[in-house]
Amino acid sequence: MRDNNPKFDRRKFMTGAAVAGAAVATPGADATTGTAQAAIRPPVAVRPTAQEMNLEFAALSGPSATYPGKPGSDFMVDVLRTLNIDYIATNPASSCRGIHESIINYNPGQNPELLTVMHEETGAGMAHGYAKVTGKPMALLFHGTVGIMHASMAVYNAWCDRVPMIIFAGNHTDAADRLPGVPTTHAAQDPLQMIRDFTKWDDQPASLQHYAESVVRAYKIAMTAPQEPVCISLDGHLQDHPIPEGVKLSIPKYVASSQPHGDPNAVREAARMLAAAQHPVIVVDRAARTAKGQALLIELAEALNASVVDLFGRQNFPNRHPLNQTERARVVTGQADVIMGLEVNDFWNVINSMTDNIESTQSRRAKADVKTITISTQDLYIRGNYQDFQRFQTADVSIAADSEVTLPMLIEEVKRALTPEQKAVGTKRAEDLKKANLQTKERLMQAAAIAWDAQPITTARLSAEVWAVIKDENWGMVSRDSSLSNWPHRLWNFDKYHQFIGGSGGAGVGYGLPAALGGALGHKAMGNGVIPINFQNDGDAMFAPGALWTACHHNIPILNIMHNNRAYHQEVMHVQRMGNRRNRGIENAHIGTVIDKPFVDFAGLAKSMGMTGIGPISNPNDLGPALKRAVAMVKAKEPVLLDIITQPR
Amino acid sequence: MIKSFSIASMTMSLALLLGVSASQAADPVKGKEYFMKYQCSSCHGTVGQGTNSGPKLAPDPLPLDAMMNFVRNTMGQMPAYTEKILNDAQFADIHAYLSTMPKTQDYKSIPLLNLN
Repeated sequence: MRDNNPKFDRRKFMTGAAVAGAAVATPGADATTGTAQAAIRPPVAVRPTAQEMNLEFAALSGPSATYPGKPGSDFMVDVLRTLNIDYIATNPASSCRGIHESIINYNPGQNPELLTVMHEETGAGMAHGYAKVTGKPMALLFHGTVGIMHASMAVYNAWCDRVPMIIFAGNHTDAADRLPGVPTTHAAQDPLQMIRDFTKWDDQPASLQHYAESVVRAYKIAMTAPQEPVCISLDGHLQDHPIPEGVKLSIPKYVASSQPHGDPNAVREAARMLAAAQHPVIVVDRAARTAKGQALLIELAEALNASVVDLFGRQNFPNRHPLNQTERARVVTGQADVIMGLEVNDFWNVINSMTDNIESTQSRRAKADVKTITISTQDLYIRGNYQDFQRFQTADVSIAADSEVTLPMLIEEVKRALTPEQKAVGTKRAEDLKKANLQTKERLMQAAAIAWDAQPITTARLSAEVWAVIKDENWGMVSRDSSLSNWPHRLWNFDKYHQFIGGSGGAGVGYGLPAALGGALGHKAMGNGVIPINFQNDGDAMFAPGALWTACHHNIPILNIMHNNRAYHQEVMHVQRMGNRRNRGIENAHIGTVIDKPFVDFAGLAKSMGMTGIGPISNPNDLGPALKRAVAMVKAKEPVLLDIITQPR
Repeated sequence: MIKSFSIASMTMSLALLLGVSASQAADPVKGKEYFMKYQCSSCHGTVGQGTNSGPKLAPDPLPLDAMMNFVRNTMGQMPAYTEKILNDAQFADIHAYLSTMPKTQDYKSIPLLNLN
């Protein structure tokens, strides 16, 4: 056994006499392994022989059956508690059994609370949404090999979306100690290798002290911009066995790093360029990490009277603010003489465009002589394999920093740089932008009225019906709305930070339901009384429907509104393009892209997991009463799902 | 919903407008079928109302010639529909379908679109 290794002296209490005695008492047992013959016995459904029972008994009995002292995994939980981790989601895994038992039995009732998820992707998606609502990372407890494989897509989404989470992956590193069969099949030399390209840091601690230091380090790294997932491999032996006698452990104090701030000279230069611009445009993607970030963006935009274009990575800027020109993005970008991107992931696509017409026609959105500024953490941390960093775009002033912490200095420098003449130009510009906004709003409202009574229900009608029910409530959208042609953002009033959390980041399908549930959990944990609203695409929901069960099992109130257009419509369009380009027609574009024969009964699916399911609703006149009923239930702390048969977009 | 009587009643007038004989009259019922079958609805909505993936086509569609010219020759994101894929008669039927869409009511008359 590994007890012979001085590096692993955790079984000092296990006397040699006991081991020898067991070996003598059980013929066939190997004194050096204690379990060899028992382990190779194939599983059978017949009563074991007396000799086999003796072998089993010898393998399980002895001093280690109930060991003295504090389990190593209790200490692991102590570390999590010092970091105030509220939740840890798991799909139960033998490689995590030690810490699993500690979480539920070691001073029970304390955080982290263990959440049961039915797929690791659901857990990682929940952590994604939770972090964006609370600003805190959630922990995940998965098998190191198969569990990480399941979780990987959702981790990639979080990586692309700059979201922190702490992933714990169980692993048995010692081949001489771990059980044969499945535990060994699930072990790996380097289990985190498969997600290393899209996690910020990982480690495989070899001792409990190493674990404590690595977890605190991981937390610190995850929370420093760019915030990203981190991962710790949890050795099964360290979890399962007692803290070695005489070993003194300590937990390092967590002190948050200051976030990377822009270079003052570069910020000053950016301020001068913005102040002197005739048509400045601020493009925001993941610019606001907190409510303070949104307030700072408002202050900057109003100081400059600049147009703001929101790419919806976060709740960056109120959608009804007169300077918000998102609906006029092409116009203001084309007119701009200075464009500043704040935490914009794809700045190339702000300045240029590419048409998906096979030939990939490229064109310039911005003027040839436009001056550009970027403030982004992308230059601080980037990886080479996955291409989420997008195409390279030169900026005249490129500031490698976190936008939110750099904004106060930028605002100060802008105010200092603005001349009275420039302020006057800005005041006039603001009036023009306000007028343009009003015209745009008028156009959009009329567009919303088109096909008002149509069946399937238009996404504009659906959005308007939901708004009528929630507008006077304390609400927060925990999903994106691009699949609904952005109608919520066109019709509703998003002016509070908690009202929107951005999208998936990596566009990995299966994000929606878990991330929305994580966002809802965040609101529940904060006790802010927010009604979480999830516009849920049907195809996306079928990747992780077990999230509905988790919502019920853990009493997480959420209003799920199915955007059930019964197809993967994004892909319909792609197949359509190919068929037409190749002049072979598109009559078959439905094959592999539509969800029919049979239709999915989402209300029935919800009911099967204990959730109230309403629908399917295909008559728009039925929406209002159903929504009122559903909102009342969510206010009563229940999760609900409404299945709405909708237009494609 | 598009009522069948409205489609039928507009068929004749559309045929007259397009200057085609009764035997060649564009058929909005078939047009609706083609609109779905050829996936126009994926981007433009089932009644041509427009989405963030495709502009509004109805009500008040572009004149038939103008719309057909665009659809046959576009080099944009929407792929061109050749006559092999969608022949002129089918296209006219689709246009007829779009032409049957009722005028949109003024949003100011819809209470839900006048909330703050």
